[in-house]
Amino acid sequence: MEIKVTESAPLAMEWRQKKKEKPVSEKIIEGMIKTGGVSCIVLIAAILFFILKESYPFLVGAFNFKEFFFSEEWYPASVVKIRYGILALLTGTVLVTVISMLIAVPLGLACAFYISEFCSPKVREIYKILIEFLAAIPSVVWGFIAIMMINPTIIQLFDVPIGLNILNASIILALMSLPLIISVGEDALRAVPETYREAAEALGATKWEVATRILLPAAKNGLMAAALLGVGRALGETMAVLMATGHSIQIPNSIFEPGRTLTATIAAELGESPKGGEHYQALFAIGLVLFCLSFVVNLTADYLIRGRRQ
Amino acid sequence: MFKPSNHLLNKEIKEKKFKNLLSSITFFLFLPALIIIFWLFVKGHSALSWDFLLMDPIEGMTAGGIFPTIIGTFWLVVISVLVACPMGVIAAIYLSEYAKDNKLTRIIRLAILNLAGVPSIVHALFGLGAFVLFMKMGTSILAASLTLAVMNLPVIITSTLESLKAVPQSYREASWNVGASKLQTIRHIVLPNSLPGILTGVVFSVGRSAGETAAILFTGVAFYLPFLPKSVFDQCMALSMHLFTISTQVVGVPDAFPYATALVLILLILSVNSIAVALRSYFRMKRKW
Repeated sequence: MEIKVTESAPLAMEWRQKKKEKPVSEKIIEGMIKTGGVSCIVLIAAILFFILKESYPFLVGAFNFKEFFFSEEWYPASVVKIRYGILALLTGTVLVTVISMLIAVPLGLACAFYISEFCSPKVREIYKILIEFLAAIPSVVWGFIAIMMINPTIIQLFDVPIGLNILNASIILALMSLPLIISVGEDALRAVPETYREAAEALGATKWEVATRILLPAAKNGLMAAALLGVGRALGETMAVLMATGHSIQIPNSIFEPGRTLTATIAAELGESPKGGEHYQALFAIGLVLFCLSFVVNLTADYLIRGRRQ
Repeated sequence: MFKPSNHLLNKEIKEKKFKNLLSSITFFLFLPALIIIFWLFVKGHSALSWDFLLMDPIEGMTAGGIFPTIIGTFWLVVISVLVACPMGVIAAIYLSEYAKDNKLTRIIRLAILNLAGVPSIVHALFGLGAFVLFMKMGTSILAASLTLAVMNLPVIITSTLESLKAVPQSYREASWNVGASKLQTIRHIVLPNSLPGILTGVVFSVGRSAGETAAILFTGVAFYLPFLPKSVFDQCMALSMHLFTISTQVVGVPDAFPYATALVLILLILSVNSIAVALRSYFRMKRKW
């Protein structure tokens, strides 16, 4: 709110001068608020800094780019020859993420379409509460469900010896990322102006036609962002995949074989590795890889959402 | 007189099919959530008793109860919220009331987004590097709570920001026009009007941190402790960690124990979340705009 001050308005001028002088206490508090505003930047930089700091000796020492990324041999405690290859772990992470998204994205977006376009406001409220409920189930409980409920089901259904495998982890991850995909997808659909729908319906389009021909193209970026945020969630999930993947370091040949992910490896081995040792530093290096992966996924999702708004 | 043509009828049938398909997909997606609760209850209710809630785990966690884990979770959550809440609210106030639309603001937004997306195990690594080792807190309740606070910060900022933005601009303008400064306006107009919304977000984050496991794994939670924590520099047990331990690490645990523990954890989180949902609907009813 700018007030135009002219020469003929001395009173207003005086008032404005007065307004500019803030009491000291107010200045201090405003200073604090401004400092608080950048706290997130400081924190994200601190996360990067401390992970780099802890993994630095490994990165300049035993780290071998080719072995680290392209060898599937992860033998950090081997007596003969210690090897740090994360290919098998990376494959595990990518596999469970991709398969879980193949399940969750189509279902989640279908669900988002239904909740945003088809159901009555009352049903929508119920579903929203259910989504919040689903999102609130902690990952360790999901892991427990994977062991106790999905494990025997997979053994029975597919007649395989172990039910703790890539498929199990993917199902759990799909269930875990659904709430996020649904709510972000629904937001994207609701952001499409009502006039678009009205215009299409006035031309005689059915809801199905509105959904596929109008909403889908208009909300494309937002829906893609929803899928990407789901990917980010699946990528970083730790406890549930630790419990569900079956914990064996290998590149799985089928979805019925156990595997292991980057996150699970850190969670499982950090407690056992001596602090400051090479193994310990290598685990921080894995953390660095995870940080970068999630960074890229989140930035892309943000770019897509912003693209929609512009 | 006016009969729909075959083409239109077909369209209508197609639409109905489409709608039914979507509604059944949606319904079946939420079915698991209900099945899970029901199934946990069926399997776990036999172990659930006051003794289970109020006794220490004994005999290598194969008997007794889960009392210390509840206490531990309580401390972790309370301290993390006490830290994250003021920081988050201040950052949100800055973004909503002070920040101009410039590069810095854009970077802050990206930082919040990334902080929210960082995997929890990476937060644990950060907590270990920064709080446990660098600040020499050791594996303690304080270090674990601070790690949880960092995890919760973006959640609290986002929800607070939303409720601050929901206060109509005209409220602020009216306040400025009667001569109130920016800070006075925030203190007396913006904050009171958005308080219920802020609270809702905070309560949701309480539920979230109560269930978190990975972030507290190496920063302050012990598998088993024979005593209750006496200060914030002690380690503690936590409900979520305990569920992990007794369901994967310990042999000879009675079948119903992990189920009952999971049930307690879920019921705890659910009741916290119901408070948030109730707060929100109360707020919507009373809202002045």
